[in-house]
Amino acid sequence: MQALTQRSRAVDRKPLTLWERIYLPAVLKGMTITFGHMFKKRPTINYPEKTRPFSPVFRGLHVLNRDEEGRERCTACGLCAVACPAEAITMEAAERKNGEEGLYREEKYAARYEINMLRCIFCGLCEEACPKDAIYLSETFAPSNFARKGFIYGKDDLLIPNPKTQPEELAKARGEA
Amino acid sequence: MSEYQHNNIKLPEGSIEKQTSTLNLGPTHPATHGVFQNILEMDGERIVSSEQTIGYIHRAFEKLAERRPLYQITPITDRLNYCSSPINNMGWHMTCEKLLGVQTPKRVDYLRVIIMELARVADHIICNSVIGVDTGALSVFLYVMQYRELIYEIYEEICGSRLTTNIGRIGGFERNFNNTAFTKLEKFLKEFPVALKEFETLLQRNRIFVERTVGCGPIAADRALNYGFTGPNLRAAGVDYDVRIHSPYSSYEDFTFNVPVGTTGDVYDRWLVRNEEMKESMSIITQAYEKIQEFKGADAEVYHANVPEYYLPKKEDVYTKMEALIWHFKIIMGETAIPPGEVYHSVEGANGELGFYFISDGGRTPYRLHFRRPCFIYYQAYSELAKGSMLSDAIITMSSLNLIAGELDA
Repeated sequence: MQALTQRSRAVDRKPLTLWERIYLPAVLKGMTITFGHMFKKRPTINYPEKTRPFSPVFRGLHVLNRDEEGRERCTACGLCAVACPAEAITMEAAERKNGEEGLYREEKYAARYEINMLRCIFCGLCEEACPKDAIYLSETFAPSNFARKGFIYGKDDLLIPNPKTQPEELAKARGEA
Repeated sequence: MSEYQHNNIKLPEGSIEKQTSTLNLGPTHPATHGVFQNILEMDGERIVSSEQTIGYIHRAFEKLAERRPLYQITPITDRLNYCSSPINNMGWHMTCEKLLGVQTPKRVDYLRVIIMELARVADHIICNSVIGVDTGALSVFLYVMQYRELIYEIYEEICGSRLTTNIGRIGGFERNFNNTAFTKLEKFLKEFPVALKEFETLLQRNRIFVERTVGCGPIAADRALNYGFTGPNLRAAGVDYDVRIHSPYSSYEDFTFNVPVGTTGDVYDRWLVRNEEMKESMSIITQAYEKIQEFKGADAEVYHANVPEYYLPKKEDVYTKMEALIWHFKIIMGETAIPPGEVYHSVEGANGELGFYFISDGGRTPYRLHFRRPCFIYYQAYSELAKGSMLSDAIITMSSLNLIAGELDA
């Protein structure tokens, strides 16, 4: 086979020497290394008692954001549902009525907002698609449930605690408390 | 297998002429490391013939891609070879850029090279250590797996995910690399060579490992070429073909690196080639990191090309400016018509030439998208490689081909 490049280097494939063939030294060498590993710092962590720090951009479970006054930011524009490659997001829009200005930021809001966590692939495209700063992927992950129905997250599961009425819960959810 | 077929099988030398037994290896066998079914005709411990089944996890990626805007195809490519999904992602982005005629800045290219080479190292770590596991050395697997974790942490800093990364966008990256990412990269560059040395010490000249792998599942260069082998498996057979050198992409021509080649194409050669490639990859990453540090001022902030039709505008602008909001909607809704044309782009994936054949008829989604998946090609040869070998040799042959079911079935 003629060489296609000038950069090829043959791998070192020389036959084993007598010393290597004796076998016992190699066993001892291997044992030394594995034994040495017993005294090294443990690379594992005791999950779930301890968790490792996540990067600030980690893509975990979704949250629906509220603004500083506790109003829902989502306007049910549907961009996240369009962007979702797994087609996991469903929403129904509704119009804000008089007297609901404290609940919803814009005139239109999502009356129903559901994410099927079994379909979701956590690609983060919904977060990227949102033009209203409303949906974020948080640092929590590993949802668990006994029934499939429980994996369809509605607004109750997704919305962050209201900073006006539930500031302690919000701080706890953010891991500040 | 029918009696008729059995009569036509020439039994390997030394085996006793007797009725063979059929063994289903897979599709959910722990030793096949994935969803592979092999229907083996066994004469005792020896494989007389084998038949492969594919399609257990076929997810119709090529068809799915036909009705999705370009940016939604990236998460699909994640799931091809999931051990090195950034390479698939970047390959896909570069295919789109080739069709759209986008020129990426040098810094983007170098950042991509870093990520792609990290992915290659991660993939080779898994493949090589799993060969160790299949030959009975579990501890080496655990030792090097800690360093794959470091690579995953680097991905996590950049894209937010570890395995199915969806990293980068058409034109570059979704965000600039932060300092933590570079710190973690430096840590990896410092610590991994030591671990790799230890990994070698445990396996490379170890008599058990050598005798177990030498002469196991060999393939000659011409047979490998006939099958369409690429990547480490072809290089192990002695052909120094590397997409990074023969059709450079992402500024690979700016880097100096060698192409390790084997001679016999057996498991040991494949292991050696991958091992050397990890070292070459480390050297490429170091070079790329040095080149990135040379960018100063505004150049050091560049992380994407100027592709307003496909690269999302900044979030601050979307919240406040009408023009940006319109572009944002247009891109997310996938309302940009892709220029008509045909393009083939291939990258040196961790286990071979990963190609994307993209036909656009001027619509908003690809008219046809074909993934050239190296695993699919390797698996065709598996029957020939496994024939006449012992069952446990067939297992390590399979590991050493680095077959990934996700990529095989697409």
